[in-house]
Amino acid sequence: MAEKASEKGANRPALSLHVPEPKSRPGEAVDFADFPVSVAGAQPRPDETCEAIATSDLCYDLVRVLGDDDAAHGPWDPKLSSDTLRQMLRHMAMVRAFDERMFRGQRQGKTSFYMKCTGEEATSVAASMALASDDMIFPSYRQQGILIARGYPLTEMINQIYSNKADKLKGRQLPIMYSSREHSFFSISGNLATQTPQAVGWAMASAIKGDSRIAATWVGEGSTAEGDFHSACTFAAVYNAPVILNVVNNQWAISSFSGFAGAERTTFAARALGYGIAGLRVDGNDALACYAAQQWAANRARANAGPTLIEFFTYRAEGHSTSDDPSGYRSAQEREEWPLGDPVMRLKKHMIGLGEWDEERQEAMDADCATLVKLATKDAEKNGILGHGLHHPFRTMFEDVFEELPWHLQEQAEQARREREIKWPDAPPYDADEFGDAS
Amino acid sequence: MSASEPKGERRLNMIEAINEALAIKLEQDPDVIIMGEDVGYFGGVFRATAGLQEKFGKTRVFDTPISECGIIGAAVGMGAYGLRPVPEIQFADYIYPGLDQLISEAARLRYRSAREYIAPMTVRSPFGGGIFGGQTHSQSPEALFTHVAGLKTVIPATPYDAKGLLIAAIEDNDPVIFFEPKRIYNAPFTGYYDKPVEPWKKHRDSIVPEGHYKIPLGKARQVQSGEALTVLAYGTMVHVAEAVCQAKGVDADILDLRTLMPLDIDAIEASVEKTGRCLIVHEATRTSGFGAELSALVMERCFYHLEAPIERVTGFDTPYPHSLEWAYFPGPVRIGEAIDKILSE
Repeated sequence: MAEKASEKGANRPALSLHVPEPKSRPGEAVDFADFPVSVAGAQPRPDETCEAIATSDLCYDLVRVLGDDDAAHGPWDPKLSSDTLRQMLRHMAMVRAFDERMFRGQRQGKTSFYMKCTGEEATSVAASMALASDDMIFPSYRQQGILIARGYPLTEMINQIYSNKADKLKGRQLPIMYSSREHSFFSISGNLATQTPQAVGWAMASAIKGDSRIAATWVGEGSTAEGDFHSACTFAAVYNAPVILNVVNNQWAISSFSGFAGAERTTFAARALGYGIAGLRVDGNDALACYAAQQWAANRARANAGPTLIEFFTYRAEGHSTSDDPSGYRSAQEREEWPLGDPVMRLKKHMIGLGEWDEERQEAMDADCATLVKLATKDAEKNGILGHGLHHPFRTMFEDVFEELPWHLQEQAEQARREREIKWPDAPPYDADEFGDAS
Repeated sequence: MSASEPKGERRLNMIEAINEALAIKLEQDPDVIIMGEDVGYFGGVFRATAGLQEKFGKTRVFDTPISECGIIGAAVGMGAYGLRPVPEIQFADYIYPGLDQLISEAARLRYRSAREYIAPMTVRSPFGGGIFGGQTHSQSPEALFTHVAGLKTVIPATPYDAKGLLIAAIEDNDPVIFFEPKRIYNAPFTGYYDKPVEPWKKHRDSIVPEGHYKIPLGKARQVQSGEALTVLAYGTMVHVAEAVCQAKGVDADILDLRTLMPLDIDAIEASVEKTGRCLIVHEATRTSGFGAELSALVMERCFYHLEAPIERVTGFDTPYPHSLEWAYFPGPVRIGEAIDKILSE
């Protein structure tokens, strides 16, 4: 076969397939020589209503505000009040404390699954703080920072993570797949990038109705390879939809580095240019740059000037989830020496530099966050933990598939009820109480 | 409706009935919007949305990019906002790029968000063959959707039903797949492809009242009452089965299912218990087709009433062929053979 092929194309060079490979693997030294660290403050800030093409250079640059001196520089400095800065820092600290405790909770067997966002806190917290509280969020699965910034109660989050009897989603969803209409936070899917055309559709609806609210969606760099993302970009461009497409480039999609989504060839922000959308590439570990970019895009959308694609260049400091061990595929040195540092530490140092903060207050705040998370955890545990007790009546398994229960689901619900009596004979009778708790 | 309706009643073909249903809902409900490929200025490749953009404006009825994933995905987001989108997928054969948005998103949204968000969309799409559309303009993929928890699947067979079912579907808070049998858009095809086709205007079920009316989802239509055997069919095949029974002089009890999910199991049971024999007819491929579900249900629920094995007449398990369309189509010969077999037991 090989011989035949070579005979056929003997006068032409042999082709070879390129399969991307990250620059380092476990145990290997990491070389950050090509790393795109730009000079903070050096990037121009065009008017929000500019032509999309005017953002071309910004798609290949890296918008940064916080410099190596921890001071804020340049036209992208959002010039936030010290109160706002403190709030931002506190939200980020709270997210980190929450992640720590939930990760441990999973290891202790209180739930099946958890996902930390360590190192990416600014991309959620700072960015969402630049939006109005009723702007609609279409999140991916690592944006717990948005819920926390919007004041969603920690106990509610933990109830969902534990799938317990107070879980508003009735134990139906994998942990961390939150939903809160009250906080303009869309139900999280487990399928990737599906939220992106949905965000565009929501934004189109808002524009159809002459509403003033905009939509923003978050998606990982890995899942920008999904067709949904390209549909979203096309629809956003075609209808000039008031939407922000946030791509969190945390370098890793489970074990696949960003090269498998095309990062060896161009930036994710540059995707915007082909669609005629404004694009910004932003230091995702610089909370002020994250805020400023989101604010720019929100202003643009509100002015009917169209959508923006923002790439947050950041690093997933932890594993993909509690089911993942990154030591099996990447060098530990990447995290230790990540050239863009840690978003919490950078903001903290900036505020210390401003004279608005100090190490003592930081320590006190961290302790306070840990205490609040602990209290919320204890509260949630009163409602049960996963696998200990039947937290939800079996009928809830069949409800909400349709608005009304059709005959075939009624029959299947009856089957489940019969099985319950056999499998859990000591449990209280079906529907004896609202939660049917057998623990 | 019966053949004895007074003459002079307003008669519409199926396209006109669908267009009227859409116009009524656009008029009544400011949250209804229509989008799809070529549906705006042009009015749709089958003319189902003709005149609607002109009447209701470009932000209520508009063209979309050629992206079924984008169309359905945007419709999910619009539903979350509070709109009631009625996207058109130009051919059912094109719906596959939108499947993840339908199956993993629209169908699950109420359940996974515990009622915080719903996807009250009606996805209209022409389906089925008999128009020399080849493998990409002829398919009947209904079983893919009936298999999904959370989707309703509706298939009208007459202009009267098309209007009433479409209005019901648009008003329904669940996502509805509304498959329109394109072979009978303009005339009720009987399967005798070599004979002249009678227009809808001569059919009893083309009398379509003006204004708003609904046909409840989940209710079958008794096409004709009989004693010899039960025929379960939907869409184009209702007319084909009816014509074959008439030609053979078979006293069939014919049910047009109209809605596959939710299914009118009571009507099916009552009919099979009466006749003791059951023929299932659909145009879609055979293996794992909706006929398999119907056959299993009849066996499970009516076994002791059956006097002969259930028969399924379906398309073959091949792609829909172009030149051999009439060899593929489950027409009078295949149906006639199955009826003979059932009645000979």
